[in-house]
Amino acid sequence: MSRTDPSPSDDARAEVLARVRAALADRPAAPPASRDYRTAGDGSPSLAADAPREALLELLAGRLVDYHALVRRVPTGPAAPAGPTNDASDGNDGNDGNDDGDIAAAVADALTQRGARRLVRPPGLPAGWLAAARGIEAVDDEPPLTAAELDVLDGVLTGCALAIAETGTIVLDGGPGQGRRALSLVPDYHLVVVRADQVVAGVPDALARLRAAGRATRPLTWISGPSATSDIELHRVEGVHGPRTLEVVLVE
Amino acid sequence: MTAASGPAGASPATFLGLPAVVPPTAPRGVGMLRGDEPFPVAARRALGDAQLRRNLGKATGTIRGRRARVVAELDDWDQLRAAGAAIKDDVLAHLGDYLVQLEEQVTARGGVVHWARDANEANRIVVDLVRAAGATEVVKVKSMATQEIGLNEALADAGVAAWETDLAELIVQLGHDRPSHIVVPAIHRNRAEIRDIFAREMGASGGVPAPPGLTDEPRALAEAARRHLRQRFLSARVAISGANFAVAETGTLAVVESEGNGRMCLTLPDTLITVMGLEKIVPTWRDLEVFLQLLPRSATGERMNPYTSMWTGVAPGDGPRAFHLVLLDNGRTATLADPAGRAALRCIRCAACLNVCPVYERTGGHAYGSVYPGPIGAVLSPQLAGVADNPSLPYASTLCGACLDACPVAIDIPSMLVHLRAKVVDAGRGAGHPPKPERAVMAAAAWTMAKPDRWARALRAARLGRLLGRRRGAIGRLPPPLAAWTASRDLPLPPAETFRDRWSRQRSGPDGPDAPDSLNAPDPLDGPNASNPLDDPDAPGARDLQDARIGQDAPGGRDAPDEPDERTP
Repeated sequence: MSRTDPSPSDDARAEVLARVRAALADRPAAPPASRDYRTAGDGSPSLAADAPREALLELLAGRLVDYHALVRRVPTGPAAPAGPTNDASDGNDGNDGNDDGDIAAAVADALTQRGARRLVRPPGLPAGWLAAARGIEAVDDEPPLTAAELDVLDGVLTGCALAIAETGTIVLDGGPGQGRRALSLVPDYHLVVVRADQVVAGVPDALARLRAAGRATRPLTWISGPSATSDIELHRVEGVHGPRTLEVVLVE
Repeated sequence: MTAASGPAGASPATFLGLPAVVPPTAPRGVGMLRGDEPFPVAARRALGDAQLRRNLGKATGTIRGRRARVVAELDDWDQLRAAGAAIKDDVLAHLGDYLVQLEEQVTARGGVVHWARDANEANRIVVDLVRAAGATEVVKVKSMATQEIGLNEALADAGVAAWETDLAELIVQLGHDRPSHIVVPAIHRNRAEIRDIFAREMGASGGVPAPPGLTDEPRALAEAARRHLRQRFLSARVAISGANFAVAETGTLAVVESEGNGRMCLTLPDTLITVMGLEKIVPTWRDLEVFLQLLPRSATGERMNPYTSMWTGVAPGDGPRAFHLVLLDNGRTATLADPAGRAALRCIRCAACLNVCPVYERTGGHAYGSVYPGPIGAVLSPQLAGVADNPSLPYASTLCGACLDACPVAIDIPSMLVHLRAKVVDAGRGAGHPPKPERAVMAAAAWTMAKPDRWARALRAARLGRLLGRRRGAIGRLPPPLAAWTASRDLPLPPAETFRDRWSRQRSGPDGPDAPDSLNAPDPLDGPNASNPLDDPDAPGARDLQDARIGQDAPGGRDAPDEPDERTP
């Protein structure tokens, strides 16, 4: 769509821009911002730039727990590939699989404990992740489920684009295994798998990585703990409109 | 007042620098930028409400502690703050270019951009869009801009029901109340009051009623809100939001929230209408790295708020199929036109200045009359709506400087308040108002001080004032018009011997004129540096200092009736 409505808005546009010009007749100087804070690659206040990956995961797990997310840590199996196998640059298209068995076991445990039976399965979710889950009905978003249909399901299992250790944040970008935004919003239980190579230190790292991967203009959801509110006497209470339980499978 | 040495010195240049055509301020008769009564009148009533003071003291104390903890976690906070200020100054200096760039990007990605000169125009645009979508109700994400323009009232006039979905906004809406805080609009309500409002109003509003036996446990109240709004979210066709940030470079909009009501509104309906003040822009994607660290830590004292949504135009198969962005002026260009006041447009609406303000903590937000209360409101509301319409707000401050210290984009609110006080005085002078007693007193003082002998005689005459306070050691009550001063303050007794008299007495004494070295000592009356005395507003000592500064108008030690007794909840 382009701006097709003709006169009033065009008049308003011209007038507002003219007002801005008039207001800035003194031509204020605005020297460029100095970026002497920690930028991408500088680590984070709690984490040196060259901190080992274990420290990064430790920080993420701690911050997630601090905001009352449930965390399951899955140790890397002996046959797991060394080093990052895929970057956020190709989205989260799952994993070739050596640790899928461990993930599947953790997912199955989580679902059993939660008592979840009917689960949304976003397109592109690695098939192996649900391999060990017994008695689970995976519901595909194909054709797209209505909000009312999503509302009666027990939960959703997704991957993610990346996670930020310093703030305990998980970022979804709608890539494979994540689905459209409604899938991770309406069901009351969100189970998310985070791989070690998806964890970055701080907010600047996250934005840089999303940008480099061409995901900046995708619909993005940054999630830090379960739905919460501070609106009653400024006390944080978990559980309002979004998923009231956030559970993270952290693959190390 | 030593603080007057701030921006007031720059005012002549300010007036010379005014553009030939000053952009108009926000129109009267619509929206919520002006109070019905002056701040002192409203504040006096608020101070009499002990429940309100307890609620505010508890809530602001909680948030101050949380903010201090998470800000201390970042060793680069000062650098982030400086960068935040510089980025926003760049936005303001090149606002026209960035607006056009944002429009191009949003349009290229399937959104429609509308321009609104003022509140009336913005309301008209939104009402037309809702009608075009065939909707008779909308769900709303908490938004200061739509509060500012009175959008809910305009929608109601057009037969459209607007459902506020943020928990605090819901409390305000159901309570037929007004917001009193930028981030936590129902901060003036405690849990028991909220329970009563929910129990009484949820069913009456036409929504799902509160469950029987609802308790005042915050968890139970949140659950009631979830049940009340659930069907609304799932069936809504049109949503209306504000925006925290808009990235000019990519056309990306961001909404920062906690409950998931924002995600519901931004994701489920077919049509999304976002109303955004012109100044909400950041130039580049990368700039978000600064503000996504500054905002959550300043606003709710969290490392990161639970949910941040970002979207760029329309994404096929994910979320709304139509996206409209309404760019709102409504006095922003008028604010931009004042070089000494435009930095108020850096504001990212975190409300940290409210939470540390000794005045806000005692009066609450309603006393300010505007949707923007507290220190930032005291500089923003008079600029958006014109100082003539908000003449008392620039005085709603002790100039203690706690707001400047807390501001994540380093807005020098105290200096701006002094600047605006000067504008209030100038506006009164130009408009042919009858001279105020204050001006008569100032004129008399100027005449008296102009000649040393007049001054000496006046000081000696002032000793007569000692008769007024013989019993208590201070002057507690004076007849009108001086009663305006003593109504809320004691006046110290004039000294038995003036300095001048003592000087001449000692000069004629044994040590002669060389003696009084004490003359070179700093004058205690100069007081502490008023522009920025508090290094850390959250430190206990700093709080005492603030309180001492508030109390310093009452040196006679009379119990000031307006002071709440609890300092730290």
